Amino acid sequence: MESTTAELIDRTGAPGSSGAGGTDWVDADLVMAGQVISSRLILGTGGMSSPESLREALEASGTALATVAVRRVDPTTRHSLVDLLADLGIQVLPNTAGCFTASDAVLTAKLAREAFETNWIKLEVIGDDRTLLPDSLELLAAAEELVDDGFIVLPYCSDDPVVARRLEQAGCAAVMPLGSPIGSGLGIANPHNIALIVEQAGVPVVLDAGIGTASDVCVAMELGCDAVLVASAVTRAHQPGVMAAAMRDAVRAGRAARAAGRITRRFHGEASSSFDGMIAR
Amino acid sequence: MTISLLVNGDPWDGPREVTVSQVVAAWCDSPRGIAVARNGEVVPKSRWDETSLAPGDRIEIVTAAAGG
Repeated sequence: MESTTAELIDRTGAPGSSGAGGTDWVDADLVMAGQVISSRLILGTGGMSSPESLREALEASGTALATVAVRRVDPTTRHSLVDLLADLGIQVLPNTAGCFTASDAVLTAKLAREAFETNWIKLEVIGDDRTLLPDSLELLAAAEELVDDGFIVLPYCSDDPVVARRLEQAGCAAVMPLGSPIGSGLGIANPHNIALIVEQAGVPVVLDAGIGTASDVCVAMELGCDAVLVASAVTRAHQPGVMAAAMRDAVRAGRAARAAGRITRRFHGEASSSFDGMIAR
Repeated sequence: MTISLLVNGDPWDGPREVTVSQVVAAWCDSPRGIAVARNGEVVPKSRWDETSLAPGDRIEIVTAAAGG
């Protein structure tokens, strides 16, 4: 029992190999929807305390893609998030955050496409405003409609491998399973599910939601995720810029560890020192 | 002669035949990063100048906000 579970979760992920991978694989570009994304750390902008703090975190993270919500214009706001991201050379990934139905999410996505001149959309359809867990049924319906309308859909989804497979079959460009509820900081609640999703996916897997600190990011990459999306863990950290830099390091560390091929987990011990040549007792 | 609209949830009076472009100009410094929905449907930027609004129209003017 123990070796089967260990084999599934601990299997190295360098593509096409049963052994370790090299630095080429570690440093290989992330490609989503045919486009190179130069960082495997995607940042969510929600929860940041100030524009200055946001700029610092974005720069420290090295991110190439950041999410934005779509909201009514606020005439009292002087700064422009779109301008800030453009200044930093970061691609805008609009998000349907706050939507509870497929039709709201679809309208929001269409507004985002008009506003930001991108057909990329992070699709989020929430089923419950306390847990913020996704409504898989509405999500799948919205994904199908948006894929049909030419969008590049990145769905935030349950860590259920069946849901992930349905979203991929519907034409989504990635799957983005949660580690745990949005903003909870609980990390990866079910590593087995994430490993199952990684094993079956033909599109990139982005761990999205619930990350709390750098070690969670590392675990996600060790499980074989292609990227992570982090918002609250950075924006609400005491020092967002410092945490963003830590996350950047964690992405690389986790991916390298996976390429290196870890030891399997054992129920008992296995001595690392040989007993040969021991003095007489 | 004015018409009553709802813009971003608030009542707003505009001149008769006011266009989407004109409403956006009244609300935003620049049309960059902005999208508009009229009665639940997106009005493409290319049609803002030629889309005149009717009394009672519900307009949503949106942009990027920190989130997601």
